[in-house]
Amino acid sequence: MSGAGPRENVFPTRMNLTTTKTRLKGAQTGHSLLKKKSDALNKRFRTILGKIDEAKRKMGRVMQLAAFSLAEVTYATGDISYQIQESITEATFRVQTKQENVSGVILPTFEPLMSKAEGGNGGFGLTGLGRGGQQITKCRETFAKAVETLVELASLQTAFVILDEVIKMTNRRVNALEHVVIPRLENTISYINSELDEMDREEFFRLKKVQSKKKRDTAVRDAEAKEKRDAAEAAGIEEEEEHEEQEQGENLLAEKDEDVIF
Amino acid sequence: MASHSVYKDRSFIATIGDEDTITGLLLAGTGHIDGRGKKNFLVVDSKTAVSTIESAFAEFTERQDIAIVLINQHVADQIRPLVDKYEQAFPALLEIPSKDHPYDPSKDSVLKRVKKLFGE
Repeated sequence: MSGAGPRENVFPTRMNLTTTKTRLKGAQTGHSLLKKKSDALNKRFRTILGKIDEAKRKMGRVMQLAAFSLAEVTYATGDISYQIQESITEATFRVQTKQENVSGVILPTFEPLMSKAEGGNGGFGLTGLGRGGQQITKCRETFAKAVETLVELASLQTAFVILDEVIKMTNRRVNALEHVVIPRLENTISYINSELDEMDREEFFRLKKVQSKKKRDTAVRDAEAKEKRDAAEAAGIEEEEEHEEQEQGENLLAEKDEDVIF
Repeated sequence: MASHSVYKDRSFIATIGDEDTITGLLLAGTGHIDGRGKKNFLVVDSKTAVSTIESAFAEFTERQDIAIVLINQHVADQIRPLVDKYEQAFPALLEIPSKDHPYDPSKDSVLKRVKKLFGE
């Protein structure tokens, strides 16, 4: 708390001190809240990372299985790829998105959504009509399962990307508060405090100075008064005599005046 | 932050891959051709030009109705710079193994990021 370093550009007044203190308190509360949020997100993030790793491995296995069952189909019916590509019209396997809330962050999750197509064979009713229909059905099921795994993986991955972004943002905020905003407010507070102290000292010194000047002035005045009194006492006897003479004169004058008027 | 309206309309799974992968996924019912004859899949063989893959990739990642883009890993390798640069949350990009090319986790763009975060 040296007061050096960057600080807010404010006047060092008591009001600004109070405002800055409130702001510092706010910043500290925000910092601790964001830190908690970051921790919660990080925890979630770790779980997702673990799950992604597992799901990727599972995907490898599932896709291998699916490829094998497709090979079985090809063996049984011959090449059906062209036929299938031509008979595509509308997706029967779709995904729907739902959202999940992790400490204020909305994470979308995909869910597989299968609509039953007419014909019972996913729209490929006539494929493999001659032979290999059973293999095709089996293959379709295997691939549907594989796609389900893929969808699951995709939602994990989306959560991963979004969480990654949010965690970075939160950490930036936490660091900005911790290393920029809070020190600056603390500097401002100590600056205002030191300025106020300085002003207090100045004021105290001024009062002292005033007091001492007043004391000096009173002393001078007292001395003068005393001198006057002394001088007066010294001249006291002569004055009394003069006084009597004056009184007589005055009385004369007063009588004269009355005569003039009436 | 992605708002709700950004992803609620996304429902299709687009695929870029070799013939077998596409066939399998179409069999599962992911294929879709819209009114204007636009497919949501691209069959890549040895004769397919890289530019075709690139434009399909760009189209699938820009379309508003696609939730997931699946791409065979060996196809992704051909347009690796594009795939590595792709960081959007929607649509989710997923590298999948193909019949002839076993899955290599070290090449996956997401797993690479995972590894990087763990500092390995």
